[in-house]
Amino acid sequence: MLKKLLPLVEHAVKKPVWDCRMCGQCVLHSTGMTCPMTCPKTLRNGPCGGVRENGNCEVIPEMQCIWVKAYDRTVSLPLPKVWKEHYNELRPPVDMQLQGTSSWINLVTKRDQQVPAGWSVGKH
Amino acid sequence: MSILREKLENTSERVFTAEFPSIDGGGMDSVIKNAARLAPWFDAVNATDNPAAHAHTSNTTTAIAMKMHGLEPIMQIVCRDKNRIAIQADMIGASLHGITNLSLLTGDDVTAGDEPEARRVFDVDSAQAINMARIMANGTYLSGRKINPAPDFYIGAVENSAAPPFDYRIQRALKKHRAGAQFLQLQICYHPERLEAFCKGVAEVAPDLKLIPTIVLMKGAKGLAFMNDKVPGIDVPTDVLARASGASDPAQEVYNLTLELAQHALSLPGVRGLHVTDFRHDETLDLFMNDLGQTPKRQG
Ligand code: SF4
Repeated sequence: MLKKLLPLVEHAVKKPVWDCRMCGQCVLHSTGMTCPMTCPKTLRNGPCGGVRENGNCEVIPEMQCIWVKAYDRTVSLPLPKVWKEHYNELRPPVDMQLQGTSSWINLVTKRDQQVPAGWSVGKH
Repeated sequence: MSILREKLENTSERVFTAEFPSIDGGGMDSVIKNAARLAPWFDAVNATDNPAAHAHTSNTTTAIAMKMHGLEPIMQIVCRDKNRIAIQADMIGASLHGITNLSLLTGDDVTAGDEPEARRVFDVDSAQAINMARIMANGTYLSGRKINPAPDFYIGAVENSAAPPFDYRIQRALKKHRAGAQFLQLQICYHPERLEAFCKGVAEVAPDLKLIPTIVLMKGAKGLAFMNDKVPGIDVPTDVLARASGASDPAQEVYNLTLELAQHALSLPGVRGLHVTDFRHDETLDLFMNDLGQTPKRQG
């Protein structure tokens, strides 16, 4: 029941504010409360090389690059220090199996921290 | 071991890389012709992966053809057209043919190409793709499945030193280095002070990360304006545009400007060589390399 209801509630809350795409593995805290899934290339690890001189998106010229926004807000918003420090962490590939599920549940169950067995092989 | 790796890791010699022209029709003859032109000057040459979102002969097949004809390839893989399974297949497939220099990049958007209605993939991003290459070089696929023996990849990436958010570009380069990139080819930059700040910042923290800025040989002032208007992430300052178009001999002025940029780039910390994109396809390349004090390495 909760599994069905929570995604609806989460979407209702996060869609209007962050244009949430329900990837099910929320990283908003480390991206200056800016959703990377709204980047047309869905990049999770920072801006592509195509950002325009005015800071707007290569793909959608009238939109500010979400990674420019994320960077500005990480620097300027009064966010916890650890969140700011997480801005440049290497985020793993999106787990497509979590699409449409509630990231709140996945956070509690730690399902959102599962990565492919090879991801952490060797050091970063 | 790849020549590129050997030179970058075990010598202090300058390294020159180039872009292999896209191949469509023309068969092996067009590969042979281009290989002969580039071989005397370049240590390794990029086999591109559908550049600017236009379909051409694929990255792997081009790299194999280049290798057959005496060029050492750096095989590019972009994240736009393939998911994580296909990208790993590209990499292990390349190693089957002895191709071990890789360069992993995001890629221009599909809307930059002639098939803007295509689906964009971006299943992984460039930093994740770099990490996948590193994982494979450590002996497993992303899933953890073993690869024995592990492929001997020399991993590269691309960074734009001069696009917003400016302050963050150094951090992003360092992230790619942490993920596994050992060399970075930098996108063309017409703001020398931005390139300088970037190289200094990177070299301070990661002196072992090899930087290879790009230089573009073009015909004249129109080329500069084109770069400014059409190439994503590239800005040409107005005074540079004015200097080129206002000169009595614009073609010569653009050449002088290019040479100045090249000499400045080579003087920066962390910079180990240049990546030359040649849009002229004439004797300017030979002149340019001579002016940089290079002599042809081998007969084409
Ligand atoms: S410019 Fe920014 S928002 Fe646009 S595709 Fe690149 S990273 Fe994403």
